[in-house]
Amino acid sequence: MSVIPLRHDKVTLALHALGGAPRGRALLLLHGRGERSPARVPPAATGWPGPVFALDFTGHGASTLPRGGGYTAEILMADADAALAHLERATVLGRGLGAYVAMLLAGARPRAVRGAILCDGPGLAGGGPRPVTPSIAAPAEASGGPPDPQALIELARDVRPPDYATSFVRQASQLSGLDRPLSVCAVERPDWLAAVVEEPGAECTTLAEALAHYATVS
Amino acid sequence: MRDRPGPRARAPAGGRLSREVAAQPLEARGITHPGARAPDRTRSVDAGGLALAVHEWGDADAPPLLLAHGGFDFARTFDVFAPRLAAGGWRVVSWDQRGHGESEHAALYNWDADARDALAVLDSTTREPCPFVGHSKGGSVLLHLADACPHRVTRLVNIDGMPSRSRHPDVAAHERTRLLADDLAGWLDHRRRAAGLVRKPGTLDELARRRGRMNPRLSHDWLRYLASVGARRDEDGWRWKIDPALRFGGFGPWRPEWTLQRLPGLSVPMLGFLASVSEPMGWDTTEEILRSYLPPDAEIHTLADTGHFIHIERPDEVAARVLRFLA
Repeated sequence: MSVIPLRHDKVTLALHALGGAPRGRALLLLHGRGERSPARVPPAATGWPGPVFALDFTGHGASTLPRGGGYTAEILMADADAALAHLERATVLGRGLGAYVAMLLAGARPRAVRGAILCDGPGLAGGGPRPVTPSIAAPAEASGGPPDPQALIELARDVRPPDYATSFVRQASQLSGLDRPLSVCAVERPDWLAAVVEEPGAECTTLAEALAHYATVS
Repeated sequence: MRDRPGPRARAPAGGRLSREVAAQPLEARGITHPGARAPDRTRSVDAGGLALAVHEWGDADAPPLLLAHGGFDFARTFDVFAPRLAAGGWRVVSWDQRGHGESEHAALYNWDADARDALAVLDSTTREPCPFVGHSKGGSVLLHLADACPHRVTRLVNIDGMPSRSRHPDVAAHERTRLLADDLAGWLDHRRRAAGLVRKPGTLDELARRRGRMNPRLSHDWLRYLASVGARRDEDGWRWKIDPALRFGGFGPWRPEWTLQRLPGLSVPMLGFLASVSEPMGWDTTEEILRSYLPPDAEIHTLADTGHFIHIERPDEVAARVLRFLA
């Protein structure tokens, strides 16, 4: 396993090369809120026919812990896009918050993302479909290391309107050339995901089936 | 450093620029503007590890009010307006928002972070409730803060900072997908380049002319004055201090009515100003749009023949109304 440092504005992101086959399309793993990349290829993905990578988001794992917070799902999408710039094309497998980011990226980079797989994990619901009572939240205590406590707060509050999510799915459907740009394996169905699974481009399936499907997609 | 001539020798335009800059080494110090006054005090506040520059006008013992600038501005855009409030007996406390003016450039920017920074500045100023005055995005941030911390505010003044603009209202849905795709790809491409970005250098006049495209109603002399306080002088020319990673436009889940919904339940008296002339940085909000959202006793003024920078176009009139409202 090796770590590839990627620059995203003022942040250095850690992209972990976990292993897998030396050639073929990459599988990019995106972790959940407060998590970090796994140390090795997860058992479910050991059959993937290409290299397997995992990205630590800003403020998580071995990536930079910035000062002052300011996290959004959109900036994490740009984190993932930095990995995509390095890999050129990838199938993206996200857990929780990483699933939401994978969905955003599939819509924003429809030609480079060859399938997004959305799985359960921390931060799948985000802050819900509309803003709640505003509050100014400061971490209870400073933390010595990852994850950034401000990331834990802010990424539990980011608002995810269902029609915003579906606009990304439609874009992936129209511009990716894939019949099913999204595969949903998550059991939890926050409002945004309940709307996403109603879209023609999203299919509810198992992780094993989704990986097998995208392994054959060009 | 290499001692042979750099790009200057190769690029005629750069050469001209460099000579111009060399000929005006002290120009910024000499630049004044009628009615403009530099802050009486400046200080730094630690906001979650970021250093924010705070600028104050008026007697340090006077009652404080919090004054917030808009996006892509900085506190010293209040150099004409703030002294007028200070002359009315207030300690006017403003700050450069993260990435703007003299404040530190941040890795991350969002709405909550701006509100948190505002509270850090307020905490460093007073624990008593005080008036909030905000322009444009600063008005919306303070509206958010007033809702989050109603115990910290006494009165709210909003200068064209109540959003309503909905983009592309007349575009069909299938075309909108294409527009969103272009917005997204453009933004992500910008993020891929952001690490290496620097602002374009120029003379103060060039910076003023560039800013004039976004501020078409403000005089060149005023914009040149702003450049002299909002830009820094590098070897190859002046550059705006704002973080080059910040960018106009963009996308996201936020929608204007979320901010408007903070209005009806506002617990303190409110004074609002609206522009009547549409311009690039403006929000195009009208009294008609606001009507159903305003708290019962809100006082709203739409100023005739006035653009988005109401307090810069009409500093005396706006300051006089604000002082009457706060009295």
